[in-house]
Amino acid sequence: MKQVPEVAEVKINPETGTLIRDGVPSILNPFDEIAVEAAIQLKEQHGGEVIVITMGPPQAKDALYKALAMGADSAVHLTDPRFAGADTWATARTLAKQIGKMKPFDLVICGKQAIDGDTAQVGPEIAEFLGIPQICYVRHIELEDGKHVKVHRETDEGYEVVRARLPVLLTATKGLNEPRLPNIMGIMKAKKKPLEVVDADTLGLPEDEIGLKGSPTTVRKVFPPEKRKGGMKIEAEDPREAARKLVEFLAKKGVI
Amino acid sequence: MTLLYDRETCTGCMLCIKVCNFGAISKDGDKVAFDLDKCVLCGSCEEVCPVNAIEIERRTVDKEKIAEYRDVWVYCETTDGRLRNVALELVTKGRELADKLGEHLVALLIGYQVEHLAEHLVHHGADKVVVIDEEVFKDYTTDAYTIAVTSLIAPRKPAVVLFGATNNGRDLAPRVAARLGLGLTADCTGLDIDDERQLVQTRPAFGGNIMAEILCPYTRPQMATVRPNVFKPSEPDPTRTGEVERVNININPVQVRTRVLEKVREITEGMRSVEEADIVVSSGRGIKDPSNLALPKELADLLGAAVGGSRPIVDLGWLPPTQQVGQSGRTICPRLYIALGISGAIQHLAGMSSSDIIVAINKDPEAPIFEVADFGIVGDLFEVVPALIEEIKKLQATR
Repeated sequence: MKQVPEVAEVKINPETGTLIRDGVPSILNPFDEIAVEAAIQLKEQHGGEVIVITMGPPQAKDALYKALAMGADSAVHLTDPRFAGADTWATARTLAKQIGKMKPFDLVICGKQAIDGDTAQVGPEIAEFLGIPQICYVRHIELEDGKHVKVHRETDEGYEVVRARLPVLLTATKGLNEPRLPNIMGIMKAKKKPLEVVDADTLGLPEDEIGLKGSPTTVRKVFPPEKRKGGMKIEAEDPREAARKLVEFLAKKGVI
Repeated sequence: MTLLYDRETCTGCMLCIKVCNFGAISKDGDKVAFDLDKCVLCGSCEEVCPVNAIEIERRTVDKEKIAEYRDVWVYCETTDGRLRNVALELVTKGRELADKLGEHLVALLIGYQVEHLAEHLVHHGADKVVVIDEEVFKDYTTDAYTIAVTSLIAPRKPAVVLFGATNNGRDLAPRVAARLGLGLTADCTGLDIDDERQLVQTRPAFGGNIMAEILCPYTRPQMATVRPNVFKPSEPDPTRTGEVERVNININPVQVRTRVLEKVREITEGMRSVEEADIVVSSGRGIKDPSNLALPKELADLLGAAVGGSRPIVDLGWLPPTQQVGQSGRTICPRLYIALGISGAIQHLAGMSSSDIIVAINKDPEAPIFEVADFGIVGDLFEVVPALIEEIKKLQATR
């Protein structure tokens, strides 16, 4: 899971074209919240243990506490300045190294994508590094017999029913569940649950596989998006008149 | 940390503060200070610093090795034995990139009973089509497709590989990238070749609030997934010729660890795909009640349009997710986009602002949708749309 800025509240300074991030709250990525909820529901139905893992700066532990408050059993926080600047490849490499140490596991569940980067790449990349199958954009999960999972995977036309043997990595999308709000008891318990902090030395990956140095991609430049210019705007005091003008405009443009 | 700042060398010109898009640099006495929690190591400050006081530690590039990689490859997705639109968009864009590099464009066609589609790819610009046509590829599975793609690109060494940023493309490409240790840029909306023959990949981030240019300087092939409906497919040229190479890939059934049991289409009868329609009539929160969707549907039927919606009404379950337009839904570029009661959050605009003509009808004169609309009507959609339907009927009667 990942802590992300609430992107809906990120604004652009119109004069400088820079992101205004001050005062923008950090939240647990909404798709990851769905993933955490799915894990907790599976534990409630079938037993087991839910461990949440994040990589991020020290304040990302707030996101871990939220997941613990929802009902996860323990947390691992991969945090080290040397992890900074990681692209999806280096992020997945780092997370997979930690997950690999925690074998055996049945399921790895990630959010479909983070709302700040929107790449949807870290999940599949983790699965590849772990050598396990993946099923992305999952909306429904059934554990069949303790050995197999049957899921509904969203496609561009609808969904497909896919079956795989555990262990498997799933990425969660909207519609899988409605994540619960942590209650007071959960919030109080969360602070007492185990939270392991892991730095780059403990993780044990070479420095050229983590952070910016381990990232095959690099950001050359960032810039504000080009703005489309608006055209005419009319007040519909008389809806008929407004509709007539619009039809005239569209007919002239040849689109109707 | 990988950003190194030499305070001694710094002259305090403050140029870096001006170019930082993330507000990560602030004045610190007569010098500057970096807030590394905000910094994304984009390198804008490093580039602008006149005295090289800022350095970002990066990997080194092996130029000789990189030069061995040639040609632009595009992965052409099929569904139920037909090409997806994005395949032709990629072939068109790939042609342009290959011409800039002076190299070949190779289309990679994988599926079952798809070989006959190869000539379309040639007509749209491919020099060569590599076809893998076997029953194991009938349904998309991550394992079978990853084996096919990696076993071709690893020995043949293309410089660039592009995938459509569809659900399947975004499942496959990262798996390939991880297996081969390659950089991959997600959901690009712009692609170009720079002076050093590198692929420049432009993509939105932070919910469309900012654009980033990404490079893969160290690894080859450079890989990207490309957002559908951003590049327009070229007109086919039936006189174009190209080579078609059939390749067999041996896949053992145990290598495919997921099985598709059933496929369910949710684009319901009478509901057109927003991605493929020329005209899209989209509704937002201003529609107030699901029963009111009859109004946009009537307008859409009249125009032969698809019915779309913004995220809030899809979240409420008033329309299926396949009809959602925006950053977390579909990105579309129809000839005409009609936004009814949609305020125009940046996430929505990210999905439709490349439409040819945008019409907005909204009660709130301050709604951001008007900033991008070619024709905006400030008014009650429940009054304007019925009048609009009348006027269109009148016009159609005269034809």
